[in-house]
Amino acid sequence: MKAIKFILIGILFGIILYKSEAASWYRIYEMFQFRSFHMYGMIGTALATAIILVQIIKRKQVKDSNGMPIAFLDKDKSVTRYLAGGTIFGLGWALTGACPGPMFALIGSGYWTLGIVLLFAILGTWIYGVLRNKLPH
Amino acid sequence: MILEYIKQPWPWYVSGPLIALVMYLLLKQGKDFGMSNNLRTMCTILGAGKSSSFFRFDWKTQSWNLLVVLGTAIGGFIAHNFLSDGSAAQINAESIADLKQLGIVGQLQGYLPESIFIFNGSWFQFLILSIGGLLIGFGTRYAGGCSSGHAISGLSNFQLPSLIAVIGFFLGGIIMVHFLFPLIFA
Repeated sequence: MKAIKFILIGILFGIILYKSEAASWYRIYEMFQFRSFHMYGMIGTALATAIILVQIIKRKQVKDSNGMPIAFLDKDKSVTRYLAGGTIFGLGWALTGACPGPMFALIGSGYWTLGIVLLFAILGTWIYGVLRNKLPH
Repeated sequence: MILEYIKQPWPWYVSGPLIALVMYLLLKQGKDFGMSNNLRTMCTILGAGKSSSFFRFDWKTQSWNLLVVLGTAIGGFIAHNFLSDGSAAQINAESIADLKQLGIVGQLQGYLPESIFIFNGSWFQFLILSIGGLLIGFGTRYAGGCSSGHAISGLSNFQLPSLIAVIGFFLGGIIMVHFLFPLIFA
């Protein structure tokens, strides 16, 4: 039964990504040109709502469906990996217009060439895993 | 009636809060909202554990996230086929003019420019798609997350590393669109 819940959450996510046009290459292009409010409005309201939800969860000590407290882990402190990795990701995001969520929504919508992007994204993650100990973090 | 409304592109003030709702639903299931972790899980399933300890973990603990992206693909299918009127995103006129000048689009159609994403067997297309994929896969794991994990999950929990990562996302995006596009598509 849990499996169905995750698939349903995913379906909701896919529909939102498609209908919001966050999955549109053109929206990402104009976002990086700072010429439209659409993506900023969307990310901004998503973030504002998420901040409120996280605060409610923390203050009311909301439990998950298994009765366990919902915990938030702090990310490791560093600058290099986030700035370098983030910039590399940004280059790919702007080129293909797809980040790892919309990529799947687009494949589902019938743009099969995003499958090439996905395969090489898996390969890219693999390369990171192999080189990880040699990279500055 | 309501279906007609849903079929139009959704305004940002509807989509944004709904994305936060997806994050909340996953937190309520005891999980984190972050899509790029799936790429690592897929590496593990494909046997990457042989080449790096980074991929040696029990992928079944992450199978829930694979179900989420399976659902995301189904959601894309449903939205495209049943909840859409087929209109292209109404982006601003200056960006359209730039895209025409770069030769990327003639007429704005669908969600992606056909010159890049409708495969015509050219090496140029293949290189864009493959290099783009490599940058996404390598960068997101190096940064420890993507738009969902950092820009929504991390920032909503006031994580400084996520802010640095998001600044990186935009640095990379600006470099690509402003400086590299004119070279790539010249």
